[in-house]
Amino acid sequence: MSTAAIASSPEKPAPAKGIRWLHGEEARGLAMISPTLLYALALLLVPVLLVIAYSFWTQNYLEIDRTFTFENYRLALTEPIYRDLFVRSLWISMLTSAITVVFSYPIAWYISFHGGPHKNLWLFLVTIPCWTSYLLRVMSWKVILGYGGVLNTGLMAAGVIDQPITSLLYNANAVVITLVHSWAAFAILPIYVSLQKIDRSLIEAARDLGDGAVRSFLRVTLPLSMPGVISAFLIVMIPTVGDYVTPKLVGGKDGVMIATAIQAQFGKSANWPLGAALSVTTMVLVSLAAAAVVLSLRFAVRRLR
Amino acid sequence: MSDRPMISIENVSRYYGVYKALDDVSLQIGEGEFFSLLGPSGCGKTTLLRSIAGFDVPTSGEIRIDGVASTLLPANRRPTNMVFQNYAIFPHLDVGENVAYGLKRLRLDAAEERRRVADALDQVRLTGLDRRKANELSGGQRQRVALARALVMRPKVLLLDEPLSALDKKLREQMQVELRSLQQAVGITFILVTHDQYEALALSDRIAVMFGGCIAQVATPKEIYQHPRTRKVADFLGGMNFLRARLLADRKGDVSVDAAKFGTVNLAKPVGFTTSDGHVTVGIRPERLRLLWDDEKAPHELTGRVENRAYFGEVTHLTIGVDGLEQPLSMVETNDYGADDLPVGAEIRLAYDPDAFVLLADDEMGLRAR
Ligand SMILES: Nc1ncnc2c1ncn2[C@@H]1O[C@H](COP(=O)(O)OP(=O)(O)O)[C@@H](O)[C@H]1O
Ligand SMILES: [Mg+2]
Repeated sequence: MSTAAIASSPEKPAPAKGIRWLHGEEARGLAMISPTLLYALALLLVPVLLVIAYSFWTQNYLEIDRTFTFENYRLALTEPIYRDLFVRSLWISMLTSAITVVFSYPIAWYISFHGGPHKNLWLFLVTIPCWTSYLLRVMSWKVILGYGGVLNTGLMAAGVIDQPITSLLYNANAVVITLVHSWAAFAILPIYVSLQKIDRSLIEAARDLGDGAVRSFLRVTLPLSMPGVISAFLIVMIPTVGDYVTPKLVGGKDGVMIATAIQAQFGKSANWPLGAALSVTTMVLVSLAAAAVVLSLRFAVRRLR
Repeated sequence: MSDRPMISIENVSRYYGVYKALDDVSLQIGEGEFFSLLGPSGCGKTTLLRSIAGFDVPTSGEIRIDGVASTLLPANRRPTNMVFQNYAIFPHLDVGENVAYGLKRLRLDAAEERRRVADALDQVRLTGLDRRKANELSGGQRQRVALARALVMRPKVLLLDEPLSALDKKLREQMQVELRSLQQAVGITFILVTHDQYEALALSDRIAVMFGGCIAQVATPKEIYQHPRTRKVADFLGGMNFLRARLLADRKGDVSVDAAKFGTVNLAKPVGFTTSDGHVTVGIRPERLRLLWDDEKAPHELTGRVENRAYFGEVTHLTIGVDGLEQPLSMVETNDYGADDLPVGAEIRLAYDPDAFVLLADDEMGLRAR
């Protein structure tokens, strides 16, 4: 074969770019996700854009005045009632996520490190509460925490208290307790996954280099499972900020959260732009809070070294 | 070896359920010794190393480290450090932090800690790489970090679990040389687990060959290569031509056998040697057979014909069929005289030295080390 032939072979006319693209890996990938993508665009992105648009408009009785204004945001951020609701919602959701993560971590850790050959059975058991309806689970907490509920009658029968405790239900604590229970499985799974991914010889290496069980946990296991902890925190925190059902059912007056106010604006008060502004503000606040949580958790873990 | 061994393993057995991973292992390893555990995959090397490190507790038996009864001591309280098979470099820490990991607990002052980390990195020739991320290291560098991280703790014993098996051939050979000189520089006991017989032969002061949870032989590299006790040890440590030979005379220190075409051969007799049917197995290494060219003469000769030939660059491996022998002989010949050009079927003469034969116990005879 001549050198010319060798040299010319890479110059073979490439198939036209358009055709190649159609046969490419990328095209097949796009085709595969396109139904989901279109669905997400239509039902997620468009409504969010609509809500954002509404938040800059004004309600004039039955009509919408489409002139651009910040008035709704001014109200949302300065009215004491909304400010209190934002603070409480953020506080409840952060507290809920923190407690959920703290309770879930040992469970995930136990399954991952001591689950033996039956890890999947354990995980299955963890998800069982999710099989009953969310409403039913919230209602059953009413039965447990109520005035004549399981907890009060139990404690009275045991002689710990003489009178039923009234502060169990219809307040922020009840909301936190109920939410923690609802979301535990969603926190256990990501933490479990990140613990599973830790190479066990790393923990042995830490022991080999002189660490006891606690120190090797703090210096190796915990930092390496941080991605799971962070996703668990966010998975719980982001939806709970806007939770509507739980505060409505077990929150009472003290447990009202921002979703109730938003619902009121879209419903009874019929002020969609204000409701939209409250929603957008919630989204922004929860994103900021999430970023703050991620950064401070990362920082805290770096300090452990 | 000083009087008191650094590591003393007495009748250690380890069961996984009914499976016996270690079967009554006893072993003494001296201070400053480079000791290798050699054997095929699954023979229990890692299990034994891990019970020395403190990650595995033997089902029965006793382990003493530097005179201290350590069988039940947790890993963090033993004067041993380990280089893991996959190196186990902490991925969330950089090189310097990895090496300093064990020092943190000692609460040295910052300058002293930095100095020891730098010294350890110098020792493994990673000077100045302490800010490098764990995932930016090559295989060889990861291995050096693992070494530095263990050595910085100044252990009495360094344990290495197949540390070179993940490296390519060239790097592996280079690291073997470095490992040996590192051990001589620090002067502590090294225990190396390997399934590579050349690695064990090249590096060790002594080698323990293991099969199926048992130690088959403990000896220096030269002794174990030249005088393997059993057929299995001989086979694992390189090529060997085995022959069934008839026992002619069984004297106090040696025996005479009739080794078929090789004639009568006298052999040293290992301790505890017995035979039931008047036959024994003898062996001769392929490189102890030599081709005779033209009219060259040798005191002991054999004729045969080339059945197979494999070219290995500096040497050629030949398979020689000899009338009257059940198995063809393998031999290794340098290519100086043209062994690489011998055609298959060529008639050849070969020379051998009767003193090169060794008497091998068949393994079922139950010859055990010590
Ligand atoms: N945790 C375990 N459970 C059950 N069997 C094991 C366990 N660890 C090792 N073994 C078995 O013990 C034998 C020896 O293993 P190992 O010490 O890792 O061998 P080597 O390092 O020589 O390849 C193997 O057959 C292995 O399957
Ligand atoms: Mg092994």
